[in-house]
Amino acid sequence: MSDVTDATTGKRGPTPDDGLRIADSEQGGPVLSADGKPLKRSLARALRVQKLRALGLIAPLLIFVLLSFIWPIISMLMRSVENDIVGNTLPYTVEQIDQWDGSSGELPSQPLFQSLYYDLFLAAEVKRHTRLGTRLNYESTGMSSLFRQSGRKLDDVGKDYRKDFSAVNDAWKDGETWYALMSGAEGAETNESLLKDAKKRLSALDDTVLRGDVDFTPGAEISQLLPLTAREYAAFAVMAELIDEDEVATEKPLEQLFVALATDLQTADVSGYQGPQADLLRELKASDTITAPDYEAIMGEVDEDWVNTDTWRTIQTFAPAITSGYFLNAVDMRITPDGPEAQPESKQILVKLFVRTLIMSLIITGSCILLGYPIAWILSNLPMRTANMLMILVLLPFWTSLLVRTSAWKVMLQQQGVINDVLVWLGMVPDAARLVLINNQTGTIIAMTHILLPFMILPMYSVMQTIPPSYLRAAKSLGATNWTAFWRVYFPQSVPGIGAGSILVFILSIGYYITPEIVGGTKGVFISNRIAYHISSSLNWGLAAALGSILLVVVLILYWAYDKIVGIDNVKLG
Amino acid sequence: MKLTDISRKPLGFVAACSAAAGGFLGLFVGTANGSGLLGVVIGAVLVGGLALILPKLDNEKMARWLSIGLFVVLGFVFGGIPLAVLGAFAGWFFGWFIHWLYEGRYRAKLPPYTTAGQVLWHYTFRVICGAIFVFLITPILVVMPLSFNAENFFTFTPEMLRFDPEGYSLKHYQDFFTNNDWQRSFKNSLIIAPIATIISVSLGTLAAIGLSQSHVPGRRAIMAVLISPMIVPLIISATGMFFFYSQIGNFLEGTLGFNKNFVGYVKVILAHAVLGIPFVIITVTATLVGFDRSLTRAAANMGANPVTTFFRIQMPLILPGVISGGLFAFITSFDEVVVVLFVGSASQKTLPWQMFTGLREQISPTILAVATILVMISIALLTTVELLRRRSERLRGMSPG
Repeated sequence: MSDVTDATTGKRGPTPDDGLRIADSEQGGPVLSADGKPLKRSLARALRVQKLRALGLIAPLLIFVLLSFIWPIISMLMRSVENDIVGNTLPYTVEQIDQWDGSSGELPSQPLFQSLYYDLFLAAEVKRHTRLGTRLNYESTGMSSLFRQSGRKLDDVGKDYRKDFSAVNDAWKDGETWYALMSGAEGAETNESLLKDAKKRLSALDDTVLRGDVDFTPGAEISQLLPLTAREYAAFAVMAELIDEDEVATEKPLEQLFVALATDLQTADVSGYQGPQADLLRELKASDTITAPDYEAIMGEVDEDWVNTDTWRTIQTFAPAITSGYFLNAVDMRITPDGPEAQPESKQILVKLFVRTLIMSLIITGSCILLGYPIAWILSNLPMRTANMLMILVLLPFWTSLLVRTSAWKVMLQQQGVINDVLVWLGMVPDAARLVLINNQTGTIIAMTHILLPFMILPMYSVMQTIPPSYLRAAKSLGATNWTAFWRVYFPQSVPGIGAGSILVFILSIGYYITPEIVGGTKGVFISNRIAYHISSSLNWGLAAALGSILLVVVLILYWAYDKIVGIDNVKLG
Repeated sequence: MKLTDISRKPLGFVAACSAAAGGFLGLFVGTANGSGLLGVVIGAVLVGGLALILPKLDNEKMARWLSIGLFVVLGFVFGGIPLAVLGAFAGWFFGWFIHWLYEGRYRAKLPPYTTAGQVLWHYTFRVICGAIFVFLITPILVVMPLSFNAENFFTFTPEMLRFDPEGYSLKHYQDFFTNNDWQRSFKNSLIIAPIATIISVSLGTLAAIGLSQSHVPGRRAIMAVLISPMIVPLIISATGMFFFYSQIGNFLEGTLGFNKNFVGYVKVILAHAVLGIPFVIITVTATLVGFDRSLTRAAANMGANPVTTFFRIQMPLILPGVISGGLFAFITSFDEVVVVLFVGSASQKTLPWQMFTGLREQISPTILAVATILVMISIALLTTVELLRRRSERLRGMSPG
């Protein structure tokens, strides 16, 4: 065993700050160094240089660990409260949804339905609507299929408008017509901010930073005249150029543009407009086939759930960019429009899992103490040579690959495994009733006790080594019985070792993943297995992050306790 | 070391104790053959009788061989070669046990004032400890013979128990050395672990030297940060790194245009390097405790620059600590599954990953062959660390323990 103690308490020679103290204590005028400067100042500089050099040596590693370990963990944990997916996918809806009073029992107003239509349309075009559906489905079942089906049906509504527009003039079918209309006259004033907003909107929607030039700038006059159309066309242009990498000028106009133009035309006064395609606009305005779209009816036609206040209340509840929803989920609760409440009985598994993780970790720690204490005792009381030989039996498992030990236990604990075979052969267990030792809690506890036992023995051993055996003999010679001598004299001195080992084993076992996964089946898994499941299978990363945060807080508290009791510098290896 | 003068014990006492031990063994043999009670009686009579006869021979060596021979014959008659081997052990044990009792040797190493109860407890305690040691080492020992199984079973076949050569084969080893999946994952482990070790050792050693200077602002906080990869549960580290390295990977592949495979290795290596750092920091700071700082001052005094001082004076002295820290970092990376599962892609599959999927999905006995090879590697590493520790303590003037 190599003893690890605080490096600064080691032997050390005189250092600059000793010099400073001496210089301070000098009586009379300032002491000068060889180059004529006051000694105090040269010493202070030497101290500064030494500090800088030490930090310079530590810096590369510290930066590496901070950047590639601490920061990733913090940003992962931030996912437990992040909820910008709703705001990113439905930006205009979320902006307006606060104006709607969810408890009134009435449906939202037309403008909110209008925002939802355009938000959802664009999201469906870049295929991001299902992601939001999945997100909201964690909170309210049925949302996933609602979003998926809506994405397919949204196009149908606009198709009628496209037909109506082409009936008025065939030119509306062509991308060029729209491009010329929206660009405005050559050399005229342009509206750059509209394009910038569109880029931001699509970047948020597509979860990437869209860079590059868009071969389109909206004309200032037309964007004032037809604000909704201009906004949607700018988004259409960005999507065509930067996401699909096509020419926006020749791209076939999408359905939502027709709907937007139909809306704008109801209020726009195009009689005085002189820009490109002004005649086409006037022709449209004059025709009576273009009616004002009723967005509530449109959304109702897409799916009747959209004219249901429950859907809207779910969206409203999860509109904010920061949510406590994942943390509530992690403790088997959920947010509802009426505030937090408990999950339905059938979905309450996580608290149970947390409790099980804690209880099983305690059992494992307890059995490690029971098995480790005699070993540590005998190792520290045997002659050095024998103790070192026996130490190999402790260190060999410690050095052996975790997977080797786990697979060994899998081999031993199976129904047709070594332990059952021996028991059957000895006649202690009938062949028909072989013990079920694997894929349940027993398996996890046995295997993990074995795997973590060295972590209990090593700290205990190093504490017990320092207890002089003569204390026990002294106690006995003063008349104590064996038990009194042990319990009143030896045991209290060995408690620090038990404490150190227990915290270490508990910290390690509470976050274990591999062994429970292999020998634990479904009943013997820990909370970490659930985290892994949410990360790699269910993709509910927010919930995984919330579970991880809770676990990490528990571990950090224990770590802090360990640091107080033992000191991190005193961790012993091998 | 002899504390107490020993004397021969009465035969009755020896016989009673031996009969009890024989009865205990007989219980197992009895239940295995149908009747526990009969087993106890036969065992007690047999061993008790032996205890009455053997000491009379007055020739301990001959008596022991006699006992071994008797049990081997009994075992062979009842259960062929496997039981004969067990019988040899039993015979040797009882031969020794009877004389150990008869000559009173069990008291030789105990203080003369110990009472009978204390003697009994002393040896009971040893037996308990022995059982715990067996618990510690059995899983590792069991996989070794099983890896030579000729069948695709995870348990001992009757052929193996009969020591029939037919029951043994090297086919699982052959599978390991010829199967592409296993070979590729072995190679990946051999690429990833050493490079990760080099990174964590070089950065870790520098930082440990920095940390052991006498004036480091915020030493505790820095230490806590550097040790944290060991404390944070692996699953949390793994998920954090999963998101981080997928972004890094996209950046390296997409923006800088690196080869996908290369980027995959870089990701896993950096992730493993972080995990190995706490071990290097801990072992190297421990070695630096005993480092006499006046040596560097003496070197500087004689005109050596800091770099020369480091490589010629400090490095040779702390080398044992650096190497054992490196071995810890190596075994951490070589053994690591969780992080590589999340950060790596299929082409970076390491040996533990392959074992993990092997254990979870297609349970193949090749795992046992791999496990045996890995145990051999750990024995080699353990020996190296132990030798280094002794050397280090010798260099630092402590007595090797």
